[in-house]
Amino acid sequence: MQFFGGSEISPSPPVPTASGNNAHMMYVFNRNGVCLLYKEWNRPLHTLNPQQDHKLMFGLLFSLKSLTAKMDPTNADKGNLGVPQLPGQGCSFHSFRTNTYKLSFMETPSGIKIILVTHPKTGDLRESLKYIYGLYVEYVVKNPIYSPGSPIKSELFNTALDQYVRSIS
Amino acid sequence: MAAIYSLYIINKSGGLIFYKDCGTKGRMDTNDSLRVASLWHSMHAISQQLSPVNGCSGIELLQADTFDLHCFQSLPGTKFFVVCEPGTPHMKSLLRYIYELYTDYVLKNPFY
Repeated sequence: MQFFGGSEISPSPPVPTASGNNAHMMYVFNRNGVCLLYKEWNRPLHTLNPQQDHKLMFGLLFSLKSLTAKMDPTNADKGNLGVPQLPGQGCSFHSFRTNTYKLSFMETPSGIKIILVTHPKTGDLRESLKYIYGLYVEYVVKNPIYSPGSPIKSELFNTALDQYVRSIS
Repeated sequence: MAAIYSLYIINKSGGLIFYKDCGTKGRMDTNDSLRVASLWHSMHAISQQLSPVNGCSGIELLQADTFDLHCFQSLPGTKFFVVCEPGTPHMKSLLRYIYELYTDYVLKNPFY
C-alpha cells in the first residue's frame, strides 16, 4: 500500500466536500495507546470520563483492526484473533458509520492513529486524514522541543488543525 | 463477480446462529467464526458508548481496504451482517429481506 503518493512535503489540502461545521471530535494516539491529542468541537453527550473514553476508543480500534484482518476475504493466511498486528500488516478498516456518527481512521507506518468523528453523511476522509498527518509532521514532529509519546501542546498545530477541520466539514 | 463473501446472523446475546461462506479465500473454521461473531457483537455495543450524540444504534457499515461489512440490527436485537466487496450497492435492503425470510421460515417454525 503506497502511503504517500506525492513528493511534496505538504500537499495542498483536499477540496472541501461540504460547508458547515459537522466534525464532532478528533483523537490522535501513538502506537502504545497514549492519547497525544483529543479535540472536541461538538459533543453533546459524554458517557465516560476522558481517561476511560480514550482507553475505550483505543481498545475499540485495536479490536476492530484485529477483526478486519481476520475477516479479510481476499487473504488466505490470517493470524489468530487477538494477536497484535503491526501497522500495515493485514487488511485494516478506514471508516465505520453508525446512524449518529461516522468515524474515519488512519494508521501510519509509525503507529500513529488519527481518528476523526463526524456527521454520518460525511464522505471519504482518507485524503483529509493524510493532510492532518502532514500537519502533525510539520508542526509537532519537526518541533525540537517536542518529546515523542507526550501529549501535543503546540498552539500552531492546534490552530492549523482547527482551521482545516472546520473547512472540510 | 461474487459481490457477497459471507453472511452471519447473531442472536441478541452475541452467539452465532447462522454463518454462510460464499467464496472467501481461506475459509474460517467454526471456532473462528464464533469468535468473530462475538467480537463483532461487543464492538457494536462499544460503538454505541462512544457516540457524541444520543440515540446511537451501533455500527451499520464498516469500510476496510478489501471489503465492506454491512450490519442490520432488528428490534429484538438479532444482528444480520454481510461481508461484501467494497461499494456493493443495496446491501441494506438485502439485509432487511434476509430478516424477513428469517422471521418467516425460522421464527415461525414451531420446532425452532
